[in-house]
Amino acid sequence: MSSIDQSKIRNFCIVAHIDHGKSTLADRIIEKTGLLTSREMQDQILDNMELERERGITIKAQTVRTVYKAQDGNEYIFNLIDTPGHVDFNYEVSRALAACDGAILVVDAAQGIEAQTLANVYLALDHDLDVFPVINKIDLPSARPDWVKNEIEDVIGIEAQDAPLISAKNGIGIEEVLEAIITKIPAPRGSVDNPLQALIFDSVYDSYKGVIVFCRIMEGKVSKGTKIRMMATGATADVVEVGYFGAGQFIPCDELSAGMVGYLTASIKNVKDTAVGDTITDAQNPCEEPLPGYKKVLSMVYCGLYPADGAKYPDLRDALEKLQLNDASLFYEPETSVALGFGFRCGFLGLLHLEIIQERLEREYNLDLVTTAPGVVYKVYKTNGEVVELTNPSNLPDPSEIDYMEEPIVTAEIMVTTEFIGSIMELCQERRGRYLGMDYVEETRALLKYELPLNEIIYDFFDALKSRSRGYASFDYDIKGYEQSELVKLDILINKEEVDALSFIVHKQSAYDRGRRMCEKLKDEIPRHLFEIPIQAAVGGKVIARETVKAMRKDVLAKCYGGDITRKKKLLEKQKEGKKRMRQVGNVEIPQKAFMSVLKLDDSK
Amino acid sequence: MHSIGVYIHIPFCVQKCVYCDFLSGPATRQRQQEYMQALLREIVWESKYYTQYVIKTIFIGGGTPSILEAEEIAEILNCLRAHYQMDAKAEITLEMNPGTVDRNKLLKLKNSGINRLSIGLQSADNAELQMLGRIHTYEDFLWAYHQAREVGFININIDLMSALPGQHMDSWIRTLNKAVALQPEHISAYSLIIEDGTPLYENRDAWDPVPDEEEDRQMYQQTKQILAEYGYYRYEISNYAKVGYECKHNCIYWQRGVWHTTDFVGFGLGASSTVGNWRWKNTESIKRYLLVFQKHNAKLYDSRLTDNSSVGQSVKEEVVRLLDVEQMEEFMFLGLRMMEGVSKQEFMASFAESMDKRYGAALQKWIQLGMMVQSGDIVKLTEQGIDVSNTILSSFV
Repeated sequence: MSSIDQSKIRNFCIVAHIDHGKSTLADRIIEKTGLLTSREMQDQILDNMELERERGITIKAQTVRTVYKAQDGNEYIFNLIDTPGHVDFNYEVSRALAACDGAILVVDAAQGIEAQTLANVYLALDHDLDVFPVINKIDLPSARPDWVKNEIEDVIGIEAQDAPLISAKNGIGIEEVLEAIITKIPAPRGSVDNPLQALIFDSVYDSYKGVIVFCRIMEGKVSKGTKIRMMATGATADVVEVGYFGAGQFIPCDELSAGMVGYLTASIKNVKDTAVGDTITDAQNPCEEPLPGYKKVLSMVYCGLYPADGAKYPDLRDALEKLQLNDASLFYEPETSVALGFGFRCGFLGLLHLEIIQERLEREYNLDLVTTAPGVVYKVYKTNGEVVELTNPSNLPDPSEIDYMEEPIVTAEIMVTTEFIGSIMELCQERRGRYLGMDYVEETRALLKYELPLNEIIYDFFDALKSRSRGYASFDYDIKGYEQSELVKLDILINKEEVDALSFIVHKQSAYDRGRRMCEKLKDEIPRHLFEIPIQAAVGGKVIARETVKAMRKDVLAKCYGGDITRKKKLLEKQKEGKKRMRQVGNVEIPQKAFMSVLKLDDSK
Repeated sequence: MHSIGVYIHIPFCVQKCVYCDFLSGPATRQRQQEYMQALLREIVWESKYYTQYVIKTIFIGGGTPSILEAEEIAEILNCLRAHYQMDAKAEITLEMNPGTVDRNKLLKLKNSGINRLSIGLQSADNAELQMLGRIHTYEDFLWAYHQAREVGFININIDLMSALPGQHMDSWIRTLNKAVALQPEHISAYSLIIEDGTPLYENRDAWDPVPDEEEDRQMYQQTKQILAEYGYYRYEISNYAKVGYECKHNCIYWQRGVWHTTDFVGFGLGASSTVGNWRWKNTESIKRYLLVFQKHNAKLYDSRLTDNSSVGQSVKEEVVRLLDVEQMEEFMFLGLRMMEGVSKQEFMASFAESMDKRYGAALQKWIQLGMMVQSGDIVKLTEQGIDVSNTILSSFV
């Protein structure tokens, strides 16, 4: 394998909007290149996590190497690098793209271009990838391939007239795609004789081999025994194994050389040592400069995760530990809440990342979780010159010590059909959006550009967007930076006691409205007790909204069923059942779902 | 010798009331006779397990047991007398629907040994009775009540039901006043619970609304006040009696009672039993019940409780051995239904663990909130606590 002809390698990825058929096309490519028989094919080979399959999205980048015998009689090695398809993972996407030399753009023949298509294709073009389009789902009755071709040329500005027309689902036009990969995507460059320079674009943890590092060799070569150094983290290790990616398995080989995509293991214990985007070099013969584009991953969204059953705290800790082995972007540290007990403050790349982690904890680790309102990282400038990065509203310094605060702002692009422009603009205004402009993509569709505070879009913006556009709007965003903002901490008091887990930071202008709606929602969620329970929203000790849960006055079990004690007990147990899912704050039992239901306050649903 | 109470279930009635979710329904005379035969066989069959017990109370409930012939009731009692030891002063109650008796039948019942009648009146308002699907009028009840007195029943309970659809305080007070005017020895006053699966539940939108929580609560309070004026004291959440006329049978369910026993055995379809730390319930399938006992098929029906392999062959279902903790729970949530409360000493004597150790936090919370009160060794619900007893009792399970 060591004498692979660089000109016979193609490193590429597929970019697409969710549901436009990326994974299906990947499956077909793998199938047609004959690496696997049809029987071995799982439906979607690349998305091997159960969760990914259910959500129809790819969470972790996966990669596969296949061999294609082309019409010119030569055998080509295809390294198909899968990229996550969500804005939360933009950085991971960018590193995976950097490992490629070209990209296939999949566009749905009926839907045309979406906001995410644009975001991903621009990202690919930014990385100097050669992008060629394919038009998928041409067998749909609603397919309009010519219209889509024009749209691609007009909006993205890449040649599309000879784009393969395919149906990945039904295997139509796949040969054409394979040939196009050879002709339209360039072979890798780089010299085996230069010092080693390899890009880490992903890693997974294996309990036997340690961290398995996914890398693209840009220059030089690496083999068993090479002493390597990660240039950003500084970690060094001796390579134990190198290899390439079969479908769903690791296949060892002797050496990886410039232009190749593969993996290496080096008994590395912690994925943090192999940060995505870092450059691997030969410790004895290092390259001069690391590859560009490395960024330290920052958590953008934080929330508290608590076990519903306090006794499960150690289980939650173990589960987070295990998840972090494979996900360096997951951050967590222990915290305690008066209302929720022992738990963790966790940091995520975005809300989807949060939801995925939450679901994996619940599904794979069988944990029942209580989640507090997700928040962003605020910068608190104190009068003494200190700057605090605030991830937990409870830690907000006393207002007298605060000079001013800043919040993260994103630039958002929203693709929407013209009939819904009005309602989407309204939504953006409500969320304190700053209008930047609007481009008509075609007569009936426009791309709205807004600057929005991140904290306004992390809870339910996507839901609101979908509901106000009857599902037609699509959305993408990029972090722009921090801006000064008038922020206050909204506290919720239940029966006069502040419930720390319900506090959150909100813009001064929205405080009254959010407080009122929180109180209303909590009033519905908190069951009646034997005493009256005031629910108050307060800012800086001043109550701005109030609701009351009336006291229960009568609750008597009536008939004694001829000695059927079991039945009576069942009735009492049923009554008690709910209480197990409650949290005690003072004398008040708060249902766990109350902590989460208050996150979704958008009325217009 | 141990004391025990016996419950006999008669799953028949003339017609089902709209609120009723008990195991009962109309049946042909033939079916009733078949059931009688099976029931007697069960009583005989089971007797071998109770040689060390003496029956202190018998409660024949339903359904409407008074739908049976007086001779059949007598047969049940004679069967019990023949095969069990029975206290000569045992309390023997028959549930009775006013629409199912005449003077002659009452006389025969009296002579058979029934010494306590529990008459289902529910309401003294004929419109309300009709709405509930009762087969009798207030006047029918009045007549039956007087006949019962005349033939010599000196211990009578009247069942009443408040919080009916469309009912208001004035109507409930009229019902109460009419009931106390008759001076029965015992009054049970429940508020209507609309049970899942009953016609009342299924067509709930078609009925007038039931009183709201506050009015319901006031009805309960009025009940206590009015009944107190006429010499009835509340001894259990929903039960009132003149001193000395508490229902001894029900007291077995609720507390360790006068004989310090919680043992009761139920015969008949769907009847529950608790003996020692065993609990079970007879099958609710009449087919199965009849199959097992009709032919007196001893092979089909033979199970000692500990022998799980044969449980499936018998009518006994849901056979469980009560854990200590379950017995503690029951001690609390059943005992607290009694106005005299529960005794910490008795708890300790029964379970070798202190009530405070096990339930201290709950007790303290309820005492603080004024829902319970402690005096000496006794803890009990306060008036306020009674109003919301479900919430309180559920904290002990």
